[in-house]
Amino acid sequence: MTEKLHSYVEKLKEHNSEWVSEVREAFGEVTAVVPAAAVADICRFLRDEQQFNLLADICGADNGPEEDPRFEVNYHLFSTIHHNRIRLKVLLSEDSPVVPTVTGVWRTADWHERETYDLFGVNFEGHPDLRRILLPSEFDGHALRKDFPLRGYEPYSMN
Amino acid sequence: MGLEDKIFESLPDVVTVRLDSIVNWARKSSLWPATFGLACCAIEMMNTVSARNDLSRFGAETFRASPRQADVMIVSGRVSRKMAPVLRRIYDQMPEPKWVISMGACATSGGVFDNYAIVQGVDKVVPVDIYVPGCPPRPEMLVHAIMMLQEKIMKESVRDRRDTYDPESRISSVPGTLPVTEGTALERETEVEVAQNKVSRPYSIPSRHERRRSS
Repeated sequence: MTEKLHSYVEKLKEHNSEWVSEVREAFGEVTAVVPAAAVADICRFLRDEQQFNLLADICGADNGPEEDPRFEVNYHLFSTIHHNRIRLKVLLSEDSPVVPTVTGVWRTADWHERETYDLFGVNFEGHPDLRRILLPSEFDGHALRKDFPLRGYEPYSMN
Repeated sequence: MGLEDKIFESLPDVVTVRLDSIVNWARKSSLWPATFGLACCAIEMMNTVSARNDLSRFGAETFRASPRQADVMIVSGRVSRKMAPVLRRIYDQMPEPKWVISMGACATSGGVFDNYAIVQGVDKVVPVDIYVPGCPPRPEMLVHAIMMLQEKIMKESVRDRRDTYDPESRISSVPGTLPVTEGTALERETEVEVAQNKVSRPYSIPSRHERRRSS
């Protein structure tokens, strides 16, 4: 059932063998682990050559401060033409959580990337307007990091 | 023969009454709430004004979306940190006399949301007159709260609230969250002092009658 999905990843590999470092499959979904530096090129290739014309979501993940790579950024792509979904995963170390932006590929990435920046502190290089989007602009810290205290840092905790 | 004839027969032309009691009676009999529906409590607040519970029986059914026309702010729901300065600004825009009902556990104490995003009680932002417990409170409880507020209003004095310009009450926002309006020199000066950390962050600047209560 996932052969079709794997074929998209295979085409990625054929185009540039360095683009896919690992392929994961779970629950009928295929995830390609890709290098951070090439993510914008990969997304553009998938959009133009493989008809993944819709960016469904960008989300971050924190595996915990003891893990390396600590952060993940996941790109959920969908094609409104052949109705398939594929996920790209970028692994990031704690020292440099930086990914190039994909706002040049899909305009909708703007707010998704701002949200990921707001809650995880992942920086998107080249983003036109990288500000907080959900939390107040003077907020201290990034709320969905594992080491963030539930009540927040002083003096904003209001407790 | 109507009722008014009976009244005029039995009452004198001139009635002597305390100013406080006649003014307070007028105020309490026509409370205009400002809706501040923030979460599920707002659904119960809507129910309170609708046919089954009919808040107009107690003279408080005229909900206004504009704070300029409202007396009571019913804060119904959890107040997020980002909403707090907005709420304070709307409170400041309401003309005196004004009252606040904190509806539900979240508005009163943060409720189950003891976290970075939710203000732990709206009384950190505005002075509250009546707290309504419940999650959410039933419409009857909100009706009861309004009746309690009416009793409270009857105990007030006209001298307690004077509608004078209070420059401090206009500075309400956390720096950076809302654009600061082009205001008076005093307002700009205070913003500068905040930036230089000369004064503490004016998250909750007490209103005039709040300061009077504490003093």
